[in-house]
Amino acid sequence: MIEQQLGRCVASWYPGATGVTGAAKLSGGASQETWSFDIVHAGGTSGAILRRAPPGYGASPGRAAGLDAEATLMQLAHDAGLPSPRVMHVLKPEDELGTGFIMQRIEGETIARKILRDEEFAKARPLLARQLGKVVAGIHSLPAAKLPKLREMTATREIADLEREYRSFGWPRPVFELALRWLRERDPGPSKEVTLVHGDFRHGNLIIGADGVRAVLDWELAHFGDPMEDLGWICVNSWRFGEIDKPVGGFGSREDLFAGYEETGRKADPDRVMFWEVMGTLRWGIMCCGMMQRFRSGPDHSMERAMIGRRSSETEIDLLRLLAPRGA
Amino acid sequence: MQDEPTPTELLKAVADFLRNEITPAIKGHNAFKLRVGINALDLVTRQLTLADDGDAAEHARLKQLLGADGSLLELNRALSDRIAKGEVDLQTPGLSEHLWQTTMDKLAVDQPNYGSYKRELGNK
Repeated sequence: MIEQQLGRCVASWYPGATGVTGAAKLSGGASQETWSFDIVHAGGTSGAILRRAPPGYGASPGRAAGLDAEATLMQLAHDAGLPSPRVMHVLKPEDELGTGFIMQRIEGETIARKILRDEEFAKARPLLARQLGKVVAGIHSLPAAKLPKLREMTATREIADLEREYRSFGWPRPVFELALRWLRERDPGPSKEVTLVHGDFRHGNLIIGADGVRAVLDWELAHFGDPMEDLGWICVNSWRFGEIDKPVGGFGSREDLFAGYEETGRKADPDRVMFWEVMGTLRWGIMCCGMMQRFRSGPDHSMERAMIGRRSSETEIDLLRLLAPRGA
Repeated sequence: MQDEPTPTELLKAVADFLRNEITPAIKGHNAFKLRVGINALDLVTRQLTLADDGDAAEHARLKQLLGADGSLLELNRALSDRIAKGEVDLQTPGLSEHLWQTTMDKLAVDQPNYGSYKRELGNK
């Protein structure tokens, strides 16, 4: 059924399109879905991705930038020469597909364990940290005048949000308290420079090929804020998948990340990056607790959600390694 | 008194059956879900085996640190409250050791294959 709707939709803007095939849902909760499909046309087929809120689910929850903003950001990144899919079409009411957009499908891998272990990526791994540094610098340099409306975050506000969320669980975690206290005491205040921040720049949202990074995805958490947040988040140990001595995604060093970042004339601030790494570690820990809450109270009563609740202790040991290293 | 086999013996038998006999027959997304399910059974087995000793030691440390008595949950609430207020911190004798030991005991149940945990086990 979705293939018929998509077929009608693509015929209205793709030259020579005769239909679509191979529609498959890649991921989806109740309010947001991602579909992969092929557009059939005289010259063959073209891979495409639909990212949408189905009809009836218009509003974006909480922190989300919204699908319109995501489309704008992806297109701006693409236009600036950053690795980003081209946005082919923003959904219109007459498409009857809900709200969202259709973009070019980029082939490659997003699964961290494969990127970190498979021979196919062996040549790419040593290059990735530097490449990603350069890419994220490009994101932070996108022309402010063209950017969509997004929430603005500061370290102070992020600490307050995390604390409120943590307290709402009603379950004491002394290590999280220690981290909250540590963050409050070292809150660097408003950033001198406020830029676009991707907000979820890490494994899973990066398409990697044998040649390195091919696309940055998922701008759902994009906002304005301290650019060092993105550099800290990608260093969080939870995204190293066992390669704990390679802080950047389990494949590279902070030095390489910063060198790539500074290639374009921007400046990395290692102390601030470390502050955001601690914040990010706590944030992931609280997100794990939140999934366990939704397992208990929400419609998604899945084992996966329940088990993610038992991963919050991973962030506790990582916070202790950062804040109270043994033998130090 | 309940009869044998024990809960851990039953769980382990089920987990081993799923792991050895069922896993090879399942493909796709359900194979992933099956793995998560087996992990959950293994976690519960570890908790049934390890948590009593860990909890007792944690309880004793908390009583000592706080100079107060109460349930494990109450004492953890009290410690959290004192950390939040800045009444105890990493300079407080015993706090860092307590948090480390408690966290190591949690990881031994939750994720004994986690990289940071394996590193710290060899780093006491």
